[in-house]
Amino acid sequence: MSLQSIMIVGVGGQGTLLTSRIIGNVAINQGYDVKMSEVHGMAQRGGSVVTFVKYGEKIYSPVIEKGSADIILAFEELEAARWLPYLKEDGLLILNTQKIDPMPVITGTMKYPEDLLLKIGEKVRNFITLDALVLAKEAGTIKAVNVVLIGVMARNSGISKEEWIKALEATVPAKFLEMNMKAFELGFNK
Amino acid sequence: MKKLMLGNEAVARGVFEAGVTVVSSYPGTPSTEITENIAMYKEIFSEWAPNEKVALEVASGASIAGARAFCAMKHVGVNVAADPLFTMSYIGVNGGLVIAVADDPGMHSSQNEQDSRHYARAAKVMMLEPSDSQEAKDFTIRAFELSEQFDTPVFIRLSTRISHSQSLVTIGERTDYQLKDYVKDVNKNVMMPAMGRKKHIMVEERTKKQITYSETSDLNSMVIKDKKTGFISCGVAFQYASEILPDASFLKLGITYPLPVELIKKFADQVETIYVIEELEPIIEEHCRMNNIKVIGKDILPVTGEYSADLLRKAILNEKISYNELEDEILPVRPPVLCPGCPHRGLYYSMNRLKLVLTGDIGCYTLGALPPLNALDTCICMGGGISAAHGFEKARGKDFDRKVVGIVGDSTFTHSGITGLIDIVYNKGISTIIVADNSITGMTGHQNNPVNGFTIKGEPTQAVDLLKLAEAIGIKRVKVVDPFDMKKMTETIKEETNTDEPSLIISQRPCALLKTVKYKGIAKVDTEKCRGCKMCMKLGCPAITFNDGKAKINDALCVGCGMCISVCPFEAISKEGE
Repeated sequence: MSLQSIMIVGVGGQGTLLTSRIIGNVAINQGYDVKMSEVHGMAQRGGSVVTFVKYGEKIYSPVIEKGSADIILAFEELEAARWLPYLKEDGLLILNTQKIDPMPVITGTMKYPEDLLLKIGEKVRNFITLDALVLAKEAGTIKAVNVVLIGVMARNSGISKEEWIKALEATVPAKFLEMNMKAFELGFNK
Repeated sequence: MKKLMLGNEAVARGVFEAGVTVVSSYPGTPSTEITENIAMYKEIFSEWAPNEKVALEVASGASIAGARAFCAMKHVGVNVAADPLFTMSYIGVNGGLVIAVADDPGMHSSQNEQDSRHYARAAKVMMLEPSDSQEAKDFTIRAFELSEQFDTPVFIRLSTRISHSQSLVTIGERTDYQLKDYVKDVNKNVMMPAMGRKKHIMVEERTKKQITYSETSDLNSMVIKDKKTGFISCGVAFQYASEILPDASFLKLGITYPLPVELIKKFADQVETIYVIEELEPIIEEHCRMNNIKVIGKDILPVTGEYSADLLRKAILNEKISYNELEDEILPVRPPVLCPGCPHRGLYYSMNRLKLVLTGDIGCYTLGALPPLNALDTCICMGGGISAAHGFEKARGKDFDRKVVGIVGDSTFTHSGITGLIDIVYNKGISTIIVADNSITGMTGHQNNPVNGFTIKGEPTQAVDLLKLAEAIGIKRVKVVDPFDMKKMTETIKEETNTDEPSLIISQRPCALLKTVKYKGIAKVDTEKCRGCKMCMKLGCPAITFNDGKAKINDALCVGCGMCISVCPFEAISKEGE
């Protein structure tokens, strides 16, 4: 298969790192070359965060360029809009309809953009939206938003469900596995 | 077995496989996970030192004593460690000594963008530079061998995209490295002028031998493909270049100090147009020019910021990629912020009522510089806020100093704050200094430190007693205040800034992200009582937003710290269920 580029975008603290690790594990088990790039340190403190996962026969740069992501997994609406230029023309955008006000909005110097979903929808042909927070709560913890989104992605990945479950089992601590499996199923069947 | 590993994790694995037994580091993004991963190997003694200078001195001692030793730091950490570094270059090693340094092009989490290759050249310390995680592991092992072969410390230079990218690594076994004999050798290990003079000559000869080595070393690789276009590159920039110029010839330099001469000439003889693609400083480029090799480099590529395949594509190929964007939309930026429940927030809120000049430094609390807290006046370096406050006083006098406060974190205080505090007392200053003690090294992702009483492996140990330390230095006024008690904090700062002697305020409450910190319930706003005065908005808490003239609390973000409850003048905020 050709190179796959996946971006996970969101706000620091939303669990984007774990998501990229699960996707990475799936890709390795398929026998691909894999590279991922993450964000640590200062940017993690509630800032805009992005992680990249690339897999295929041979990967050079660990970073994804504008116009080249096959899938963007967006944890938050404004971040989806911010990273939209990175999506391929026929790429898939999976968007969790959650809004987290950034500091310029909190302090009142700027407004959270209106009708973002509508505007993004006009630009993107392959677009899935869902409220992963509600599904995560249903699974038993709001922390499982990332696993719900992985479920949605798994369904659209062309890789078998069993492979995703295997990677989940290998990445998630045993005591949280049951909750996360439930979250995964809720996303997968969405 | 192949495993997906962070560059940092791979360096740690290399340290393990090389048979290293002593590691001392100070955390700093993007280098921190190297030592965190090393701490998981029970075969290695590892520690967090108070600062990078101490870390390198510990590793130096261990090397002279006969062990393979290692330390890791971020680029600015080398500034702190520079003193032992330059002299260890003269002394050399007994057991191999390797220093990993992680640069931060693009300043994801740093105060400047310095290029550590300057240090390699200045201190005449060999430097290896990996381009992915496999090389990060392999080069680390090679660095120990070269260290012993050439009798020198060796640098491994990483950058954020190498440290924090994951790629596949083949795992190997640990070498059973035997301690080398320790024999007292004054001429080698005691650097006084007479010994130093002889050693300097040896260092210059050593560099020549290293150049000869690098001419044919497999750490550098040359591949001739298209003879029209080629590039010379190192580190992650090599990956970006390979992505946009897949058919070009290349010379990949794994040894970035000292640089080969004949090898580059041989490459230049075979390729027409050569691009030097290196992030930050034009070090390879200037080396080429000095040797009359014609190259294209910083004339079309920037010295500043991080490179990307996108950037190279535009600069070298003149190509632009088309992409979607929301054209007419101005998207608000999302800068990093203090977390919900952060104790520093209470401290800054208390201080802001007093309109102070606040000299600060590096840590989570630096985020207080941003709106709406806007609390900091300066941020120079670790510990710099303490000494800068003293400088303000000496420049503008005691009356002005009543408005000046210096701030430092707990880990930062033992890193390089204590000396500044001694300076204030010794030189009759009257500054007020605040230690924002949150019981952890926060910004780098929760490392234990000498103040919180736990080692890198989580074992209990003797904690520094800040009260006794202050007393021993000669500070008579020391107050411990909970930053959540904002009224008391404001009063204390007011009182202490108005005295004619130095004082220390310890603002004490653990980081809200620590697992041991749990607040009950979450806050909610009674919209009947809320009058939209926005007093709570001045806290700059990411969990509080303002809609339709009323404050609103995001229940997914709120941790229930209750600071907003205590600042609301209309008792409109309370804990759910209370």
